[in-house]
Parts: sequence; structure tokens; C-alpha cells
Amino acid sequence: METLSFSLRAERVLRGTGRQAIVGVVASGNLEVLAERIEDGTGCRVEVSTAAEGFGDVWKAVVGDFVERVSPGGVCFSINDGGARPDTVMLRLMQAARVLESAS
Amino acid sequence: MSARVPERGSWLEASARARVAGLLDANSFTEFLGPEQREMSPHLSLFDLPRAFDDGVVVGRGKLGGRPVFVAAQDGRFMGGTFGEISGSKIVGLLRAARDGAAGDDAPRTVLLLLDTGGVRLQEANAGELAVSEIIRAIAEARRAGITVIALVGGKAGAFGGGGIITACCSRIVVSRHGRISVSGPEVIETNQGIEEFDSKDRALVWRITGGRTRWLTGGADRYVADEIRAFREAAMALGAEDAAPFDLFRLQAEQSRLEQRLQVDGDSRDATQIWTRRGLDEPERVGDMTEHDFVVLADREAPNHDAR
Repeated sequence: METLSFSLRAERVLRGTGRQAIVGVVASGNLEVLAERIEDGTGCRVEVSTAAEGFGDVWKAVVGDFVERVSPGGVCFSINDGGARPDTVMLRLMQAARVLESAS
Repeated sequence: MSARVPERGSWLEASARARVAGLLDANSFTEFLGPEQREMSPHLSLFDLPRAFDDGVVVGRGKLGGRPVFVAAQDGRFMGGTFGEISGSKIVGLLRAARDGAAGDDAPRTVLLLLDTGGVRLQEANAGELAVSEIIRAIAEARRAGITVIALVGGKAGAFGGGGIITACCSRIVVSRHGRISVSGPEVIETNQGIEEFDSKDRALVWRITGGRTRWLTGGADRYVADEIRAFREAAMALGAEDAAPFDLFRLQAEQSRLEQRLQVDGDSRDATQIWTRRGLDEPERVGDMTEHDFVVLADREAPNHDAR
């Protein structure tokens, strides 16, 4: 197992009032994402625990792209990964942000 | 939290959270030990395996048709929905809370177990075996205290191993076509007894033997429902509204004699079609291919008497 941690600054705070959201499932080629609001202005954290070791650069690229596209400021995304492909990771992150935005 | 799914959605395809959300009254669910608590397996890391924030089990309370209920749901996609130290403890704790009438005046008298499991999580060996034993004991104690425990089986993993035994210990069982219930899985039987005994690659055979239709026809389930969240909800509501039957020696003896009788009648059957023929079904070889609608109509007509459970 490998753990990775990313701290980024987003352009805006993520909209909506949902406090937390969980999407996905830990299975082969899949992942779960737990999104939680944090008191950090437009700061965004992504904590990854992954079964596929040695892909730090890919994670960094996907997370950077996600933060740029969605601007999820004030949110921490915790990930348990079962070896998902980068496109699946991106979709799950976007899904988590969307659910958090629309949750009451 | 999250998971919204139309009630008409498929039970089989839904996640544990989506099943709970669609099963209970809208927005009535409160989770205990949610994923944010990060109560994860202490064992999986030793095997370099990823963990899940909820260890694959969602527990909490909510309302079903306005009545308070406790609910536990396994997600068969994480580690095959297996019973480990944490996932098992969550279910045991919920059943004990029901037994003790926890939650005061509005204490739930019904526990819904949404099983979707291959049985014990092998990586957690003894802890998993203990979890299954403790759940069985907790179900017995809850039923003794007048609590109705309803198993709902229709997930991808079915209810195998300890999960099959746990299902059989419940007050009531609801099953769909995909809800396979058994103790030894097809591959286990084939490995131990040979392919002549059971060909695990023969999917039609596996479904005929362990699938919901045969289980229902032979008294292994009280209700057969279509693979819809809404259908599970309606069945659980109807069963939850019934008074809990007294769980005593008389009931266990009645169940024992029902099982003995079943063994006597069907014990020499080599395939499910023989059992269906003995049940006097018009076209026994068609049972596996019938549409859900046709089978539900047949199920209503043939409704076997399962009062022993």
C-alpha cells in the first residue's frame, strides 16, 4: 500500500451546504471517495491510500486537473483506491464534489 | 448522506447505501459509525489490501412506512461483502441495541439485514468466524426479546457461508431471483466433491439450485420479489408490520420437523427441476426461464406454508 497527500489551492470554495459525501466502492479497478468540508478557505486536500504503488506522478496530474476544473475549495477528499484507472479516479472525484454540492 | 436512487431501481445493481436510501422512508436514515469515523479493518493492511471507510457495512436507524427500524447493509463489491472484525461488530452492535430496546420510547422492533456476502473474510479468519457466531447469537437474543429480524437477499454476492446460516436464523427472509442463498459456494462444493457432484461453471445449474426461485419454492424464503428496490421495500413493510412470532422451543421443534420433512421429500433430488416437478408445477423445466411477472403470479398462487419459521 502507498499513501499520498496533496494540498492545493482552488480558485473558489465549493458551492452548496452538504457537509460530507461518499461515492464509489473499494473494488478492483474502482475506488471510494469521502468528501468532507474543512475550514481552510479555498484550500483543498486529497489524501490517497492506494493498492497500486509507484503512480504518484499520475495521481498528482489527475488531482491537479480535477482541482483546476472543479475548484473544490474548502474540501478534503479521502480516497481508498483498489487500483482504479486515472479516468475512473477523475470521474469519482467529480461525482463526490457534485454530491457534496447538492447534498443538504 | 449522498446515495439517491429511484425506488424502481434494481436492487442487484444498487450500492449498499442506495439500497438503504430506497428501502426506507425518504430522508429518514441516520447512520451509526459512518465512513467519517474511519472505523476500518485492522487486518487488511497486513495483507497489503485496501480498506474501506465503513468496512463494507452501513448500519443505522430510520423509518419504514412510518415505523422505526434498525438497518444493516453489506456491500458485496467490497471484499465480497465479507464478515470481518469491524463489519461483523457493527451488525452485532445493532442487533444488541435492538434486543435492549435502545433508543428509548421510539425503539425499533424490527431489524432489516440487507445481506450481500460470500461469508467470512478469509484474511480475518478467526475474527470473521467469531463475527458470524456472534451475529447468530445476537439474532437469537433479539428474536427472544420479541424483535423481528428480516433478511433481504438480492445482491451480487448472494448470501453464502456464514451469511447463508445467518439468513436461515432470521425471523423472515425476502429473496429475489438473484439472491442466491447457500452455505458452501459452488466452487467449494466442486473442489471438495468433484465436478460430477456440482459443476460450478454451469451458471444455469448454480442459479437453479441456489437461486431465489428454488429457495422460495422449498421454503428457504418467505417472500419472493422482483429485482426492484421498491419490491423489497413493500415486502419488508408487510413483514415488519406483522407481530413477531414467539421464538421458543416449540417454534424450533416445528422448524426442525419441517426441515426433516423437506429432506425426506426432496433428499434424493439431483437437480432443482426434480423438486419443481414434485411441487406439481405445470411446466417445471420452465421455472428458470419464466419472466419475473409470471413467476411472481405463480408464487402468489402456490404460496407454500412457512409458518414453522
